[in-house]
Amino acid sequence: MRKVIRNAFVIEPSTNFEGFADISIVDDFIEIVGDVSGVSIDEEIDATGLIASPGFVDIHAHLRDPGYTHKETIETGLRAAVKGGFTTVCCMPNTNPTIDNVQTVEYIKRKAQELSICDLHPIGTITKGEKGEELSDFLSLKEAGCVAFSDDGRPVMNAEVLRKALIYVQDLNVPLSLHEEDLNISGDGVVNDGRIAFELGLKGIPNVSESSIIARDIEIAKSVGTHLHICHVSTKESIEVLKRAKMDNVNVTFEVTPHHLSLTEEEIAEYNTFAKVNPPLRSKTDVNIIHGALSSGIVDAIATDHAPHDEESKRCTMQKAAFGISGFETAFSVVNTYLVDAGVISLADAIALMTLKPAKVFGLDAGVIEEGRFANIVLLDKGSLWVVDRERFVSKGKNTPFHGKRLKGRVVKTFYRGKEVFSEGE
Amino acid sequence: MKHLVGIKSLNREDVERIIDDAFRFKASKGGFEQLLQGKTIISIFFESSTRTRTSFEMAAKRMGAQVINIDYNQSSLKKGETDYDTIINLSAMHPDAFVIRHYESGYPKFLTEFTNIPIINAGDGINEHPSQALLDAVTMYEVKNTLENLKVCIIGDIIHSRVAKSHMWLAKLFNWELTFFGPKTMLPKNEWVDGVRIESQLKDALSNKDFIMFLRIQLERKSGQNIPSLKEFNRFFGLKRDNLPDTFVMHPGPVNRNVEIDSWVMDHFDKNLITKQVENGVYTRMAIFKHCLL
Repeated sequence: MRKVIRNAFVIEPSTNFEGFADISIVDDFIEIVGDVSGVSIDEEIDATGLIASPGFVDIHAHLRDPGYTHKETIETGLRAAVKGGFTTVCCMPNTNPTIDNVQTVEYIKRKAQELSICDLHPIGTITKGEKGEELSDFLSLKEAGCVAFSDDGRPVMNAEVLRKALIYVQDLNVPLSLHEEDLNISGDGVVNDGRIAFELGLKGIPNVSESSIIARDIEIAKSVGTHLHICHVSTKESIEVLKRAKMDNVNVTFEVTPHHLSLTEEEIAEYNTFAKVNPPLRSKTDVNIIHGALSSGIVDAIATDHAPHDEESKRCTMQKAAFGISGFETAFSVVNTYLVDAGVISLADAIALMTLKPAKVFGLDAGVIEEGRFANIVLLDKGSLWVVDRERFVSKGKNTPFHGKRLKGRVVKTFYRGKEVFSEGE
Repeated sequence: MKHLVGIKSLNREDVERIIDDAFRFKASKGGFEQLLQGKTIISIFFESSTRTRTSFEMAAKRMGAQVINIDYNQSSLKKGETDYDTIINLSAMHPDAFVIRHYESGYPKFLTEFTNIPIINAGDGINEHPSQALLDAVTMYEVKNTLENLKVCIIGDIIHSRVAKSHMWLAKLFNWELTFFGPKTMLPKNEWVDGVRIESQLKDALSNKDFIMFLRIQLERKSGQNIPSLKEFNRFFGLKRDNLPDTFVMHPGPVNRNVEIDSWVMDHFDKNLITKQVENGVYTRMAIFKHCLL
């Protein structure tokens, strides 16, 4: 069975190729990228006017399964992912039970294999039950298939626990992916500390709650040498700390989310719980500094932090509302609108940040369009405008602050191992 | 039928009409007993309150309304019903207004999404306390005969005060010279407020003002973590006989004597308006019911 994607403008970050090419796919694999002629063809896909990119890679998502399947399941999560153009997803361990045991890793992998629409890699916890106390069984978890470790949703507040974890995983070649927040500073804060919080009578989470712990953990990582990955960086000060660390050649990488590179705290005006997320949406200054970091090339990945919630978790006051944004189905369009169309970075750079670069951070075999490799490909229409309608989300989590916003650029088709797993309009 | 969720959503005319009505009720010897006859007002307080609750209830009863007090501790909200289901169900019984106090900012605003029956905010978290600001405005008007261009200083835990927040919006409507003062840990940053002066010395805060308003140090709201001790607060931020300016003094109450204001000032200072504030509270809340229900 051979299918050919015709006339796409291919953007391939590993070779920096940008140009028109046909892509032929035989069964699960890419056969030829270039001129496809003189071979028998079973199916042709006309991609005239479309961009062909490697399937997107998300190193930070919450699928809520096991334990919170009223918010998302592995199936609804992965269907939302492929609608967003993702063919590789790494899921955070704050499930119930948490991913601190081999059975849960196997359950998640089995579910994903049964579906077979998207690669799914579990992230194990750093500490058992994400309690911040006892180290997880890192060796067993890696052997079972975990690609990183994180207590996401919570920081590892005890510096000695983190230091021991970094020493223990030193030779594993698996990063620790950290949610950075000083819980004493954040307290019961719900939004960015600033004018909007003050005017609405909401408790603030100041920038220093994030940057102070990043600075602490960079010092710890420096003393150990293990790869540290910093999740969802949201503040100017954090970027400055990370920039210095990179200049000092510290083994540290970091991601930013589509919502932190596009939206500000203004979104919460009138108590919009869909804009409640942790770390909180910050100020215009923070967003501008993130843009600067992106255009200077020091950002290692764009990751969604897809955090689906049931309606009840958001239909309440700001204080009660759950933190999180359902992010798969708007990720590319947000990046394209707020970064590419706004002239911050090129489309090729944006694609690299959503494919090859995150794959490299977690050492995943993904993010390329290359002969002989799995045919994980997404076709994009970079020019078309659409208005986000949360009711049309495939994810169970319809919690998005982008609802009603006009975005530019859409995912048209997603191929996973040669199979069409999403097609627009179906 | 109108909600009253905050001063922020009122305009000048609304405030002026409420103040006018409050004075009319205060001046008249009667004639308002029938205004709310046949109407039922449901009052739900999720936080304890003596004066605000009593003041609202008395205002409603003077106008002839029935008042139903819902005891939060025995209500279905404690049994797991969602907040909006509760308000939808209570609305189905067709009361004429809800008076609601809640410890979460934005709670009354949230409820307005689920009912057209007027929601009257009796204080929400650290957001607003509109009836307090309005009764303060009535009291200020009573002694100054205007609300325009007043010089007002508010002292205390500004960040965690719903009263200060409501006054901040009132200041914008009437072009006040508003000043905030208190321990730094209780003050907003300069860039969070426009048109408000943040003072750094008590003597500057107290000088050349029409009104000095003290806020209660709310130990129940973790204010305690923001100051080393009540004794130190009193010494550097409190009003005492020896720093007393010739200015009207206000306080939303209840006063912590010898913390915000010394006992001597409470008992002997003739420009202390605190009791007058409480008295005007009832007339102001009558005017609020008129604004929302009639």
